[in-house]
Amino acid sequence: MATVERQWIGKDVPRLEDPKLLAGRATYTDDVRLPGMLHAAVLRSPHPHARIKRIDTSRARALAGVFAVVTGEDAKELTNPLPAFCAEPVVQYALAVDRVRFVGEAVAAVAAVDRYTAEDATALIDVEYEPLPVVTDPFEAMKPTTAKLHDPLPSNLAFEKTLTFGDVAGDFASADRVVRRKLRWHRASAQPLETAGAVCRYDPVSQRMDVWSNTNMINFVGWLIAGTLKVPASKLNIHPMYVGGSFGSKHVLGKVIGIAGMLAKRAGRPVKFMEDRVDNLLASENLACDRFYDAELAVTRDGIFKSIRIHVVDDYGAYFQFGHGTHGNALAQVTGPYRMASFEYTVQCVLTNKCQQGVFRGAGSDAGNFCLERLVDGAAQELGMDPVEIRRRNFIAPDRFPFKTPCGNIYDSGNYPAVLDKALEMADLAGLRRLQADARKQGRYIGVGIATAQQRSVYGPTEFWFWYDSPGLTSAPESVGLSLGPTGEFIVTMFSPFWGNSPETVVAQTLAEEFGIDPAQVTVTYEDSQHGLPGAGPGGSRMTVMLTGAVVGAARKLKDKLAKIAAHHFEAAPEDIVFANGRAAVRGAPDKSLPYNELGLKAYWFKLDLPAGTESGLEARHTYDHPYLTKPSADRKDLGAFYPMMGHGVHVPVVEVEPETGRVRFLRYVAVHDVGTIVNPKSLRGQITGGITQGIGMALYEESAYDGDGQPLTGSFMDYLLPTAMEVPAFEIGHVETPSPFTEYGVKGGGEGGRMIAPAAIASAVEDALAPLGVRVSELPLTPERIVALADAARAR
Amino acid sequence: MAQTTQISFTVNGIRHELSVEPRWLLVDVIREQLGLTGTHIGCEHGVCGTCTVMVNGETARSCLMLAVSADGAEILTVEGLAAGEGLHPLQEAFREAQGLQCGFCTPGMLMLAHELLRDNPAPTEQDIREAMAANLCRCTGYQGILQAVALAAGRPATPAGTR
Repeated sequence: MATVERQWIGKDVPRLEDPKLLAGRATYTDDVRLPGMLHAAVLRSPHPHARIKRIDTSRARALAGVFAVVTGEDAKELTNPLPAFCAEPVVQYALAVDRVRFVGEAVAAVAAVDRYTAEDATALIDVEYEPLPVVTDPFEAMKPTTAKLHDPLPSNLAFEKTLTFGDVAGDFASADRVVRRKLRWHRASAQPLETAGAVCRYDPVSQRMDVWSNTNMINFVGWLIAGTLKVPASKLNIHPMYVGGSFGSKHVLGKVIGIAGMLAKRAGRPVKFMEDRVDNLLASENLACDRFYDAELAVTRDGIFKSIRIHVVDDYGAYFQFGHGTHGNALAQVTGPYRMASFEYTVQCVLTNKCQQGVFRGAGSDAGNFCLERLVDGAAQELGMDPVEIRRRNFIAPDRFPFKTPCGNIYDSGNYPAVLDKALEMADLAGLRRLQADARKQGRYIGVGIATAQQRSVYGPTEFWFWYDSPGLTSAPESVGLSLGPTGEFIVTMFSPFWGNSPETVVAQTLAEEFGIDPAQVTVTYEDSQHGLPGAGPGGSRMTVMLTGAVVGAARKLKDKLAKIAAHHFEAAPEDIVFANGRAAVRGAPDKSLPYNELGLKAYWFKLDLPAGTESGLEARHTYDHPYLTKPSADRKDLGAFYPMMGHGVHVPVVEVEPETGRVRFLRYVAVHDVGTIVNPKSLRGQITGGITQGIGMALYEESAYDGDGQPLTGSFMDYLLPTAMEVPAFEIGHVETPSPFTEYGVKGGGEGGRMIAPAAIASAVEDALAPLGVRVSELPLTPERIVALADAARAR
Repeated sequence: MAQTTQISFTVNGIRHELSVEPRWLLVDVIREQLGLTGTHIGCEHGVCGTCTVMVNGETARSCLMLAVSADGAEILTVEGLAAGEGLHPLQEAFREAQGLQCGFCTPGMLMLAHELLRDNPAPTEQDIREAMAANLCRCTGYQGILQAVALAAGRPATPAGTR
């Protein structure tokens, strides 16, 4: 591959975001203060399922300092149902109407002079509940005889579909062996350290609603919130905030905006509602998929994969907000980095009395990859093959790209053997196997895990609707504004908020590359939704690709104008003007050049020096559309390219397991990722180490658990365990760069790979450690209890 | 309205006379009454350490401490870390090693590191890990944070591990 020399893309420039974050001067949602602002608190349901017979708010209203109390009745009057991304008739309001369906569902909300008073008032609200039958097991829930959570649905099986691509029956019939695994992936939750929140200010005279919130999608679906808040979309303005981590959990935030919005309408004052941690753990948009897999891999005796058949039951909890989007994500890469001619995917989405699923990094592909890689390890075990060799043997070869998967999604580029080789070289697999053998002689259980994963990036919205017969959205753009001022300074405006990583740095590095300036000289700002251009916002590992594309597009437009002005000045042709080293110059004539400040001054204030017909000023805006999205076929035998920028990765964790205590300790952790051209290595490294750490949580500690009666068991950080610095190893990170042919600079998204690979890799490592006992890992997280039970059961066999 | 109590304390060198309800948490007084919003709230039950400030030279979780308990105290928050404009060397080290992403846990992490390096100017890698494990970060995977503290301690940073 030809190496391109670049001045800024790929360099470890200091992040533009950092100084204000380090100084504590960024404005997060909870830092917003408006004159007369009130504070909200929410009363939540203690019942997993109950009819609300009566709510008496009189004592709460009478408390000094209380301005407004709202319940489901007010929600019906002041708001419409929350935005939902499913076609099924599952109606949800920001406050429960008539009926609660999970513990923690919001029942009433109070706005008062301060949060303390608001919480006092919630304790004075009297609610009479009539308990209803509770169902927490999705298999029980989907039975036609089980009481329904939502009356308009035929049953609690909200959605069911089988998609078949290629000759699955034939491939299974001709296979030498079918590897079957039943696997369990429990729900985890994103738990950014900043909870979700919103400040709403309503002006009843003009019907204007201003919202300051850490929602990530201010332009893409912001207008849907206007529908929820019953204000004209043109009167809704969502202000972008600095966001203290999202990981997918802050895409929409209709609940918190709905609650703050209706209280603001009722109280006639601005209202802030910030979730506390209990609100967030029990009732936010945090929760990830909760799946039961019954999966089969058809293989030949040589270990060649022929087909895969997946049956997955997904426990969605009480509502269906994001529909089956997480299965669309999984479909993008069902067959992983492996050649397979066919697959079948059956999904059953079931509603139960738990908080609904939202989105969490990996977004369904995480569980999907765990399933695939468990099957691959199973195939290696059953065929007596090396787990590395069986993967290598099935890899799509580097000369086969762009590669079309059985369902029609495209993999843009890749070099999977190179990634694997680099990981093995860094890990020194032979040395690790010697270490393992020596340890076993001493009665120690050391295991080496291996897992690969595809890292789909830049989602296409067709994944939301190709499940149905009727078509839906086909746009997922991102935009920037760009100006070069009269002093020669560049300003880039983004239309999606800072969500926790490095959008400003990506924008500045790209612009610096385009114009030959220092990224530190670029000013990056954010615009509110009323002044916004189309932007789908962060999600689906898309922002680095989309911002890079948008900046390049805007830079081209600006360069066109600059070239005309410079060409006019030098009496040269516009196509001979080049941009480098902070100047516009005539190609091949180094003495004929103008610095950007002189061009800027000319463009803004010296109209008579401009070519005829040129407007004053230097401004460009660009909306960058999805770089490679095609329509699904009418018969849905081909879903089209919907997630084509496909990164890859291989992890090799080394663990020591104590079967007596269930303790897992990392001895090493090697991770090699290929996400195309790297824009900022340090930022990418943070994405990888942070993602792996969340994957360690998924593999060993984190579970948003409910008991059989629907009571949540993880209502604090004492119970929901996030990894600390003591639980993570010193990561060894490597990179391979296979550029995408479809994006500017060949960039792919790298936001989710760490969390998508680590759970499968750690499962593999623990299984390898306990191989002398014959333990099989089929359920995460591998808590001490689960490991001890697995070891005891294996010994008893 | 509820009864209030008169207290006074010094925050970042500025003395404040305040009237607070006895039940108000220190973090709420710092943020709401003094407008110092650099100290963030993560869990409000003392686990995540996001709200960590220094009280009389010791780190304290300001979500677990009542403001009235800080009567007479000297308090340091992230806003008081750097002298004048610009960043404190510790903040510079966090920037250099990318010991942050979203920035939300960062003020608390800075307080932890500040205390560690004052008490133990040449910490081992294990010392750093143990000290910084008091607070949660959900973005970085901690590696950058640990490297930042090592860097600030004047020791060569642990190899980045990037090849």
